[in-house]
Amino acid sequence: MTKLVTLTIDGMQVSVPEGTLVVDAAKKIGIEIPVFCYHPKMEPVGMCRMCLVEIGRPVIDRSTGQPVLEDDGSPKIQFSPNLETACTTPVGAGMVVLGATEKARSGREDIIEFLLTSHPLDCPICDKGGECPLQNLTIKYGSGQSRYLYDEKKHFVKHVSLGELIFLDRERCIQCGRCVRFQSEIVDDPVIGFFHRGRALEIVTYSNPGFDSYFSGNTTDICPVGALTTADFRFGARPWELNKAASICNHCPVGCNLTMNVRREAASGGDWVVKRVMPRQNESVNEIWVCDKGRFGYHFAASSSNDQTSFKRLSQPLVRKNAGSDHPGELVPASWDEALSVVSERFAEAGDGLLALAGGRLANEDLFNLKQLTTTLGGEAVLYTHMAGGELTTQLGIQPGSDIGTMGQGDAILVVACDLMEEAPIWWLRVKQAAERGSQLIILNSRSTKLDQAAAFVLRYPFGAETSAVLAMLNALSEKRLRLPEAVQVLERDPTLQAAAEVFSGANNALIMYGSDCIGLTESQALAQACANLLDATGHVGRPNNGLLGVWPRANDQGAWELGFQTQTKLEDALGAAAALYIVAADPAGDDPTYLGQSGFGGKAFVVVQDLYLTQTARLADVVLPAQSWIERDGSFTSGERRAQRFYPVIPPRTAPVSRAESPSTNKAPLLIAGDEVMESPLPDFAITAMITLRIDSEARITASSAARVFNQMAETVPAFSDQTYLELAQVHEQWPIVGRDDLYYGGTSYENTGGLGMQLALNTSDTPSTTRLAGTTVEFIRMPKLGQIAFPIARLYDRGKTLMPSQLLHERIGEPYIVLNVNDAEMLRIQDGDVVHMTVANREPDSPDRVTTGQTVVVQARLDQELPERVVLVPRSFGIPIDKPTPVEIRRTE
Amino acid sequence: MFAIELARGLYTTWREMFNKPVTIQYPDQRRPVYRRFKGRHSLHRYDNGLEKCIGCSLCAAACPADAIFVESAENTNAARFSPGERYASTYEINMLRCIYCGYCEDACPTEAIVLGDNYELSFTDRHDAIYTKEMLLEALPEGGSLTPQEVKPGVYTRSVPEMKDPVD
Ligand code: SF4
Ligand code: SF4
Ligand code: SF4
Ligand code: SF4
Ligand code: FES
Repeated sequence: MTKLVTLTIDGMQVSVPEGTLVVDAAKKIGIEIPVFCYHPKMEPVGMCRMCLVEIGRPVIDRSTGQPVLEDDGSPKIQFSPNLETACTTPVGAGMVVLGATEKARSGREDIIEFLLTSHPLDCPICDKGGECPLQNLTIKYGSGQSRYLYDEKKHFVKHVSLGELIFLDRERCIQCGRCVRFQSEIVDDPVIGFFHRGRALEIVTYSNPGFDSYFSGNTTDICPVGALTTADFRFGARPWELNKAASICNHCPVGCNLTMNVRREAASGGDWVVKRVMPRQNESVNEIWVCDKGRFGYHFAASSSNDQTSFKRLSQPLVRKNAGSDHPGELVPASWDEALSVVSERFAEAGDGLLALAGGRLANEDLFNLKQLTTTLGGEAVLYTHMAGGELTTQLGIQPGSDIGTMGQGDAILVVACDLMEEAPIWWLRVKQAAERGSQLIILNSRSTKLDQAAAFVLRYPFGAETSAVLAMLNALSEKRLRLPEAVQVLERDPTLQAAAEVFSGANNALIMYGSDCIGLTESQALAQACANLLDATGHVGRPNNGLLGVWPRANDQGAWELGFQTQTKLEDALGAAAALYIVAADPAGDDPTYLGQSGFGGKAFVVVQDLYLTQTARLADVVLPAQSWIERDGSFTSGERRAQRFYPVIPPRTAPVSRAESPSTNKAPLLIAGDEVMESPLPDFAITAMITLRIDSEARITASSAARVFNQMAETVPAFSDQTYLELAQVHEQWPIVGRDDLYYGGTSYENTGGLGMQLALNTSDTPSTTRLAGTTVEFIRMPKLGQIAFPIARLYDRGKTLMPSQLLHERIGEPYIVLNVNDAEMLRIQDGDVVHMTVANREPDSPDRVTTGQTVVVQARLDQELPERVVLVPRSFGIPIDKPTPVEIRRTE
Repeated sequence: MFAIELARGLYTTWREMFNKPVTIQYPDQRRPVYRRFKGRHSLHRYDNGLEKCIGCSLCAAACPADAIFVESAENTNAARFSPGERYASTYEINMLRCIYCGYCEDACPTEAIVLGDNYELSFTDRHDAIYTKEMLLEALPEGGSLTPQEVKPGVYTRSVPEMKDPVD
């Protein structure tokens, strides 16, 4: 229990924990002490002097150690002759702080006047204008008159690009250092810094490309002036013209809380468009930050006709017509009624031959209704993913009350087969901070990652030996030893591993985060099982801040696991064998041509694709159904931390263009659209699925009416959601630091959370966890071939995924498809860094490993790496290279 | 009695017949407006033809009738509309909403939007009441060139062009 200290600020008494700074103590009781350089998430530096206050301390009699009393019995207070900075002064017992006195006021007035001597009069066009701490505090504390001459203002360059994402205006910078400190202190990416001194000081970037950090956008939130602006929002709109809606990021399993700012735009024909994405405070998820993928990757919903066709949104159902024995026919626009009756008829015929394949970007409600459909018909509901083990996270995962932000001294986090920075940047940040607070961070990986710097133990295993490595830790702790492959036995004898295992088992709370770095479906299943065994053996289950956490490739994979979706290791076969395919938010044919099979995609199956865009798979479908993107509707996602969180409609759904002739209104704009016409626009996924199901069985327990009602049904049916309602998910409670009210100077422009903090799911206790299944089985691991290479898939934050590519701003960072090769291999193959190479997927026949049937060939750029072992090739996922598990490949230089 | 009333009435008629008429032959004749009359707005240009408007939306913020809609974009030296960093890519005033209060003129930091003396506004369609930037921009001053202009780098380096204090 920390000691409380009582002090008086402007006549108000407050008790705060020892060590609290005076600014924070004042903030807690609603007294404003203005700041520029101080930020509640960072160490104070006392650089700007804006927080000047008078501070008095009780006089202590040296001989007695007792406070000296005034005549009236109150303690004698001695004020220091100078003003002090409230941001660097910790509270003291009996302290008296005066912030509203004439002395303090004039002190601040002088500081502002001084800051403005070299500040331009840009407010009318400055992107910060309207939410600018300098502007606001000048109005509140400034003098209104300046004694300095306007003509003597220093002029600097106003349009400096720190990389293509962030711009710097040198004149506006007030040298508070928040941006530089954020990059080095908080996200450990010191790619920007101060250069020169005094008036000539400027912010420069040291990296290439400039400002190369996944968190760069956050500096524009905390910069107290408009010196740093994003290229995305630059001159996009004035802040006060924007409307806001609460949303959840759908790019990774962290589930960052977002506020989307929208506005109607003439350039988009009067449509509502998203102008910018801002973090929304949730101290248990993303605090007040968001990564650049979440901030800049929001253009998926827009698709004006001048976009590249691949990004054009589907606007109405398409049904294949005129198909003959020799030609496939074509997809022609149809009404919802027609499309749905075709689909429901064929699905009913298919019965339990139906395979529903769902992508993890769908909302809980969509997945639940899909599951209801397959339950009604008896088909199979499959999650389209390359990472398994989810059912273990529902049993041994983390449970309500967990928060990485509360882990510290005495706790341990094991991160295995995961490159957190690339897969879930905000988790990288949270785990790094937990390590800084004293958690023991153990990293098991086959290659180095950015998180290594923060770890107490970094352990390497040979590529493909992740499961054995976890079991080696288990062996170090238990009597009953599993026999591990020879190559891993070295690791088993490693004293560091022994020590790490001891630390892990002895920790008060321990978490395992496992990912899919360099592994695929089968391997991740084994890995999850091994992790579960380790957690169970060390007793780190069933308590908050303990358990297994999957770093999934998609935002709502966790939701799919909770709802009982399965994976399919032999997806190509399953696709070929099904009588009907219902593919929602997935593009197997576009990702990997092997799914096309021998007799065309889906064999003889009736294929229905439901998506935002006309994907490769959709082009091959019999019926294509247009879905709303999640920012056009409401719903909920389940984050990897098993937190169900609501998102709200941000922009209205796009309706299919109704031509003027058809429009019942004679006005130029179709203000009134008849009921039927509205139907031709995209619909929410859950509603489409429900409408199909209800046409097959009108008694089915499924609803198309609203996401809230689907959620209620889900809560009734699925135990994990049983105590949840939309109302509960929308609850908020007071969070610290206070941000986003009328005090932008304090925490920056992150939004206050009023849309709900979400709720963590209860653990699934109905099925007994299968932690012992692995015991006694032989542990396999991938052996390196004598010839050729093995390609291991890795994650890149900026990938060529369907929902990211529409964000043109990121294209430069995404880059072209590439592979990473070992230097020696490259030399042997006469490949140099940057060369264009051919990579062929080599399917080795399982019974005769020498026979090679060559598969797909891709043309990619080669990058060289010295650290990589020989014969290992790293291939980024979602770059159009069809590799989602360790796969033998042949690489050839392009002549 | 009746005759007296009649004569009194006709007296007024006869008297006014010899007075100067108060009506004028609009539209052949027009009455001059007062100096501070506020009529239809126009967007002004500098002498070289560049637009004064910097797309700051302050007029839209000040407008009590919510009649103005501004969207802005960034100038480049290859395509420059205004001397600052930013210009209005869309500028619309809905004349049906406007109450001719002149707040927009007061709010404008560059004296770009100015209410003129044109009061001859009539529309046959609501949509026609929306005046676009093309309709609002004043005619090109002599010697000026149309926007966008191509200019040499280094000439326009300020975010907001420097302004003198207003005189009246
Ligand atoms: S940073 Fe703030 S004070 Fe400076 S020009 Fe921009 S809005 Fe005005
Ligand atoms: S750019 Fe902004 S955050 Fe960085 S030092 Fe300057 S004023 Fe501070
Ligand atoms: S960390 Fe993940 S959830 Fe958060 S903004 Fe980035 S991509 Fe989105
Ligand atoms: S004159 Fe008044 S009502 Fe009309 S556009 Fe300007 S501010 Fe708005
Ligand atoms: S010195 Fe205290 S806020 Fe800057």
